[in-house]
Amino acid sequence: MDLYLPVANLSVNALVIVLLGGGVGFLSGMFGVGGGFLTTPLLIFYGIPPTVAAASAATQVTGASVSGALAHFERGGVDVRMGAVLIAGGLLGSLIGAGLFELLTAWGQIDTAINILYVALLGSVGGLMAREAWGALRAARAGLPAPARKRRHHPMVANLPLRWRFYRSGLYISPLAPLILGMLVGILTMLLGVGGGFIMVPAMLYLLGMGTQVVVGTSLFQILFVTIATTMVHAMTTGAVDIVLAGLLLLGSVTGAQFGARFAQKVKPEYLRMALAAIVLLVAARMAVGLFIRPDEIYTVQ
Amino acid sequence: MRPALASILGFALFAAGPAQAADPRLVPDVSSRAIDIQYSFTGEELLLFGAILYPGQRLPDDRADIVVVLKGPVRPIVLREKRRVAGIWVNANSIRLRTSPGFYAIGSSRPIDKLVDERTAAIFELGLDNLSMSPAGFSEARKLARFESGLIDLYRRSGLFYENPGAVEITEGVLYRARIPVPARVPVGTYRAETYLISRGRVLAVASRDVQIRKAGFERFVALAAQRHGFLYGLTAVALSLLLGYGASAIFRRR
Repeated sequence: MDLYLPVANLSVNALVIVLLGGGVGFLSGMFGVGGGFLTTPLLIFYGIPPTVAAASAATQVTGASVSGALAHFERGGVDVRMGAVLIAGGLLGSLIGAGLFELLTAWGQIDTAINILYVALLGSVGGLMAREAWGALRAARAGLPAPARKRRHHPMVANLPLRWRFYRSGLYISPLAPLILGMLVGILTMLLGVGGGFIMVPAMLYLLGMGTQVVVGTSLFQILFVTIATTMVHAMTTGAVDIVLAGLLLLGSVTGAQFGARFAQKVKPEYLRMALAAIVLLVAARMAVGLFIRPDEIYTVQ
Repeated sequence: MRPALASILGFALFAAGPAQAADPRLVPDVSSRAIDIQYSFTGEELLLFGAILYPGQRLPDDRADIVVVLKGPVRPIVLREKRRVAGIWVNANSIRLRTSPGFYAIGSSRPIDKLVDERTAAIFELGLDNLSMSPAGFSEARKLARFESGLIDLYRRSGLFYENPGAVEITEGVLYRARIPVPARVPVGTYRAETYLISRGRVLAVASRDVQIRKAGFERFVALAAQRHGFLYGLTAVALSLLLGYGASAIFRRR
């Protein structure tokens, strides 16, 4: 079934987009991530202009994170104070990201920048996840308890001036650390259309040293608000949010996520993490290949 | 003296081109004056047709040829060229073209180079190689030619540039018709459908019709909203995603 996308200015097969959203939604429900890091590259592979793909994927991530954020909030799994600082940073980041977006577009380097950022981020995060999941798997096989991680924030964080208490997270650290973290993730949300959970969660655990029980909830809380902000910034600057595209993706992803969440309860978490790491590395590898081989189109019109 | 002047004037007009009284006339039309881009738009075929009216209803001995051109609105573009830099492919070079048509299709009853000489083809912009795209600033001729052929190749493969030397069918020497495919990715705007009557290397008559290609209905509403009311549009997008996200989980939880 062909459907015309009024902002992207092209026809797509609606069923393919819904299924794509469904697949990403299934994975995001299974792993508890927004899935933007999959949506944007897949849309670009399909032929959607990168700007429209990133902007509309951000809108989709909002829908993918809302129910999770609410559920965690009701359970008390959100450190609202920490979340607010992260969101403040995220808002700042999305504005900086908008500036960068405009600059890179004027230079004609936005596509390359998006590609390189994806390869670097997904490659390193995927590698880290794979290593950790591998260690956990081996430990489980040997019948040992998983190696306990020391919960301490990074020395760089400890050196920052000004300290606040974050009760829910069990932290007494400078608010500048989450502010900067939120800002960096906000820039990525604007440029790549990712929620940033796959960076936020490890950073909260290993850089800030937050308690595990509030990490996922707070990350979802932050993603929800920052993707809302990014959608707004995109709508008012690049004008690249395609509401029809986002709607189709959402139709698929919100249903897919429910099935994914159910499926996740039947599988061991170590295997889940290993699978997620494999997918992340696969996307990174595909994008890396795209950088080095001769592109289909040497000439592009802007 | 008067007849002499008239004949000189007449000769001048004759030499100047198509607007001469003794020359044939074209009565062109298109299958639709407006193409609406709506939800299931996957492209359309536009039929350009019409009649050649010869003075005194007499057909000339040698056959005349027809060229039809459908040209989209021109706009300034930046054309970028990728090069391998330190192993990766990045946009390395660019030129600005101030009048690049977003769509150009040409059909004829015989190949253009058999109908007119290069100069005439350049004057009337007949053929993809004869489009004048007004490059901005100084750039050497070879670079410009490379970029232009890159653009032509890119657009030709996406269907935005189209050249078919056998597209025009002439019936009984007086009726002509040509089908021009319009792909889904066409830019919106006012298009010009031009018809040229050519005989013995000379353009005898030119006639044109405007065709509107526009988004309609819901698509038009969405595109306009995205352009003009970014804030409200953004809010709507956010509301939609919140509603769908929350709605799905509420439905599934009830089960």
